[in-house]
Amino acid sequence: MEKCMSIGNKNQIREKYDVCVVGAGHAGCEAALACARLGLETIIFTVSVDSIALMPCNPNIGGTSKGHLVREIDALGGEMGRNIDKTFIQSKMLNKSKGPAVHSLRAQADKAEYTRHMRKVLENQEHLTIKQAEVCELLTESYDGYSESGKSVATKIITGVKTFTGAVYECQAVILCTGTYLKARCLCGEAITYTGPNGLQPANHLTDSLKSLGIEIRRFKTGTPARMDGRTIDYSKMEEQFGDERVVPFSFSTNPEDVQIEQVSCWLTYTNEKTHEIIKDNLDRSPIYAGIIEGTGPRYCPSIEDKVVKFADKERHQVFIEPEGIHTNEMYVGGMSSSLPEDVQLAMYRTVPGLENCKIVRNAYAIEYDCINPRQLYPTLEFKDIKGLFSGGQFNGSSGYEEAAAQGLIAGINASLTIFGKKPIVLDRSQAYIGVLIDDLVTKENLEPYRMMTSRAEYRLLLRQDNADLRLREIGYEVGLVSKELYESTLCKKKLIAQEVQRLKNTVIGAAKENQDFLTSHGSSTLKTAATLAELICRPELNYELLAEIDFARKPLPCDVVEQTEIEIKYEGYIERQLRQVEQYKKMESKKIPADLDYNDISSLRLEARQKLIAYQPVSVGQASRISGVSPADISVLLVYLEHFSHKKNVLYKEI
Amino acid sequence: MKTDTIAAVATAMSDSGIGIIRVSGDDAVVVVDRIYRNAKKERVLMKYNSHTIHYGFIVDKDETIVDEVMVSVMRAPRSYTAEDTVEINCHGGILMMQKILALCVWSGARIAEPGEFTKRAFLNGRIDLSKAEAVMDVIHAKSEFALQSSVKQLKGSVSDIINKMREEIIYEIAYIESALDDPEHFDLESEGYGDKLLIIVDRLKEHIQSLIQSADDGRMLSEGIRTVIVGKPNAGKSSLLNKLVGQERAIVTEIAGTTRDILEERVSIDGIIFRILDTAGIHSTEDVVEKIGVEKAKSAVEEADLVLYVIDSSIALDDDDKDIFNIIQDKNTLILLNKSDLSIRVTEEDIYSFAAIVQKPNSSTGISKSGEEKNGDKYQNRIIRTSMREKDGIELFLKTVKEMFFHGNIVYNDEVYITNMRHKEAFEEAYDSLVKVKETIICQMPEDFYTIDLMNAYEKLGLIIGESVEDDLVNEIFGKFCMGK
Repeated sequence: MEKCMSIGNKNQIREKYDVCVVGAGHAGCEAALACARLGLETIIFTVSVDSIALMPCNPNIGGTSKGHLVREIDALGGEMGRNIDKTFIQSKMLNKSKGPAVHSLRAQADKAEYTRHMRKVLENQEHLTIKQAEVCELLTESYDGYSESGKSVATKIITGVKTFTGAVYECQAVILCTGTYLKARCLCGEAITYTGPNGLQPANHLTDSLKSLGIEIRRFKTGTPARMDGRTIDYSKMEEQFGDERVVPFSFSTNPEDVQIEQVSCWLTYTNEKTHEIIKDNLDRSPIYAGIIEGTGPRYCPSIEDKVVKFADKERHQVFIEPEGIHTNEMYVGGMSSSLPEDVQLAMYRTVPGLENCKIVRNAYAIEYDCINPRQLYPTLEFKDIKGLFSGGQFNGSSGYEEAAAQGLIAGINASLTIFGKKPIVLDRSQAYIGVLIDDLVTKENLEPYRMMTSRAEYRLLLRQDNADLRLREIGYEVGLVSKELYESTLCKKKLIAQEVQRLKNTVIGAAKENQDFLTSHGSSTLKTAATLAELICRPELNYELLAEIDFARKPLPCDVVEQTEIEIKYEGYIERQLRQVEQYKKMESKKIPADLDYNDISSLRLEARQKLIAYQPVSVGQASRISGVSPADISVLLVYLEHFSHKKNVLYKEI
Repeated sequence: MKTDTIAAVATAMSDSGIGIIRVSGDDAVVVVDRIYRNAKKERVLMKYNSHTIHYGFIVDKDETIVDEVMVSVMRAPRSYTAEDTVEINCHGGILMMQKILALCVWSGARIAEPGEFTKRAFLNGRIDLSKAEAVMDVIHAKSEFALQSSVKQLKGSVSDIINKMREEIIYEIAYIESALDDPEHFDLESEGYGDKLLIIVDRLKEHIQSLIQSADDGRMLSEGIRTVIVGKPNAGKSSLLNKLVGQERAIVTEIAGTTRDILEERVSIDGIIFRILDTAGIHSTEDVVEKIGVEKAKSAVEEADLVLYVIDSSIALDDDDKDIFNIIQDKNTLILLNKSDLSIRVTEEDIYSFAAIVQKPNSSTGISKSGEEKNGDKYQNRIIRTSMREKDGIELFLKTVKEMFFHGNIVYNDEVYITNMRHKEAFEEAYDSLVKVKETIICQMPEDFYTIDLMNAYEKLGLIIGESVEDDLVNEIFGKFCMGK
């Protein structure tokens, strides 16, 4: 085929693996590690081995809701949390003054270290092979197998991949994690280069192979700001931003003492009217406003020119100057991504206090790339039409390192489980941010790169970063990525929490003078009748730690147990309400829809609903109810039909 | 698995005689138990055996008797829905059924979705599988109808208010969420945001409270029994309207012909919603403007469910009255002999004979040989002497109207009442959510807790105008707040 100009015929290399992972970014690394750790022979392809786990944009891991994802990845047995714990240079728990649900950990990474460390992990992983090569073609065969729920809709099955050199790697599953590399194009004003991020080689051939397999491709865009030479920045004009005094590690298995390192600072400065003026004067030279960019960019991560245009009334925008690492002078200019031409960029950056004499090491640029409409995927991240083909990360229309890693991990786990003939895992919206992320991707109409946000999680009070281990360790253990030892320590933690909660609920404090004095001294109203310790913890001015004074039976407990105990008691009312909502939610999730259900048979569905259901092929009634354009009445109709359908089916099977 | 308990009127609402309210679900017996007392005023429903029927009373929150009823208890699975079911046989009529349904809701049931009883019956295996198609059609048709009528029945001004409130709520949620998402950008504490939100929540609560009241007296709906007031100029039509509305709305003067256009008011008389049109006085006139008014009055009568004919009893009937009798001859009419405080020159007999004179040009089908007499008889028991000035006869008038309604003399689509109850239910839930927001703020919970119930309120208000939540929040965050790096 012309589209893949690879060298064909008999001299080609032909090898056999269980799993091929295409791309070695944050999704690819997690996917490959998961497969290899589960004992499958895995090969990971990258256009450049030097770009394994590359951080081509911001130099941090975590942040609001993303920190939750990293914690969840860790609880399931992924690598990201451990890797950042070893390579961070500053760390902060965000939103500490808010409720526990929105506390989020964010760390500045030493980019080079992060990459190098992850590469080392991959290189030393048993069953894992790293290969620098561009995958150009997916190999498939036709398929008409039956799944347990009846006939599968898949018409093809994956058999392997072919690289640019013509080498063929046979396998049972392929995981696509191509990130921003597919037909990538970088724009910096009038200067357009056909490269991947950071000037790396793009992957120009795979898209055609995907299209020929009937996969719907779309084009997204994202951008990154310039990197400055730190020696040319005047920090005296900026506000210094420190890390937390006591650093909390990302990974539940990292010893907290190991992360109390000396941290570097970030810096805060602002744009001003002059900056905005330069931008406005040069908008015609911006590829976005000139209409050169065709991809859809994310609204939550606007370029500085977007901010200036859309929020014209704002006098200034924040600019964060963040180090790219310990062994480099390069500084990341957070808040000022742009695709304006080089000369405009320099002029614009130099209006910012502290950057008057800055020298740009790397220009800001926008990048366009091919990705898929993720509604083609099951919540397992397997393609509905192609058995054995999985995908994760920006290829699925998300954005962010953490979102990518989370999907990569799930894709890796499910590719493995499928090969083992086991039931794949699907985390639901009440279990994990990862569940919300994937459900949103495969169920909603996503017209821009998807970013995680805490407000997307309707049960966010339950999905806290502090309890990710309690929520997910068991699943990680059952999958086989979490050791028995870690799992048992989680079980033990759970038990201790439950016991302490019970104890506090059962310990009654009387209206004795020393108790009343204690309450008065903390600005709390005195007791009229006796109260339990739990009731006192619920008072906003009191907490677990303070109550030590009047809680004589207390035994020393690990901090994480105390933390969970306190949260469970203090927010019990709200938590219980969410748990009741979850019960309702689960009812609908548990009603599965057979893959071969023909919606055209259900004449009482409204036309719009029928079209949407056909397009999305939801796996459960719950998922169907979240598709926009499907009304509650349509869901009722669907429920009645399913009842009828399952009965018909049973009769049919009996007849056979 | 636990199912929630639903309630609905199982018979047509405006039918006379007996009405049935059906309650189904795990708590059906518990729900009705709270409002049912036996003949000895005891709370005993829980003790009754399945498939038994009992005489007793429905009582309200204060144990005041609402109606005399027969209640039947059918425990799962031997009921229509295969769930615990209680049927309350009460006196027919919109007022009673609405009241009892509302009490069921108060007691813990929720109003059934369109077609929900049928759906449950089917899903629980009570309806033959071969009827699946029919069941799906019922759900589809009923919900389409409910949706349409819900939006149609809502007055435009009410949707505007709801939209405005929702905009305000989603803005505040987005504000909080963007601060949580980008904490280095927005700082809630330093602004004293909680106090600010408290003021907003209080204001929203007030709005909703007044909407709940308008739901109670039917002002929220554009539908209602179409009632037209007709009569000669200065007979007292506008005064009647004002009496009903309880405020001076139409311009009332001593000069004949003041109401030149049609005024419309919604009035709830003991839960029955009337949409009352006051018309210009009907008389032969050369005045162009008035003439238009008269024409409008005539066409209003054509579409009316009920006509109130106000006659000035101090002035003898004349040709104009003949015209009016002509216009209203096929209509359900109540005649008010007004100004009874003045010297009376029109009697009931005058009316009968006058109405009898009116010829029925198109009705020569010979329904009865004594057609003329019949025409006069129509007004038997439909004439009330009133004095708007002295407030005489108003009570009797209201009583007569209610009786006409309960006895099915006025036939009216009952869907509007269900819609109204649904709206009220949603408003009440939105209100409760705002109360919770307030509690959350007062208890000094962190700001992320505010949004939980704000979102509920937003969702409930959306139900009323047929809007779901979808990606509203994310869109609002990105649209209104500058986020990201």
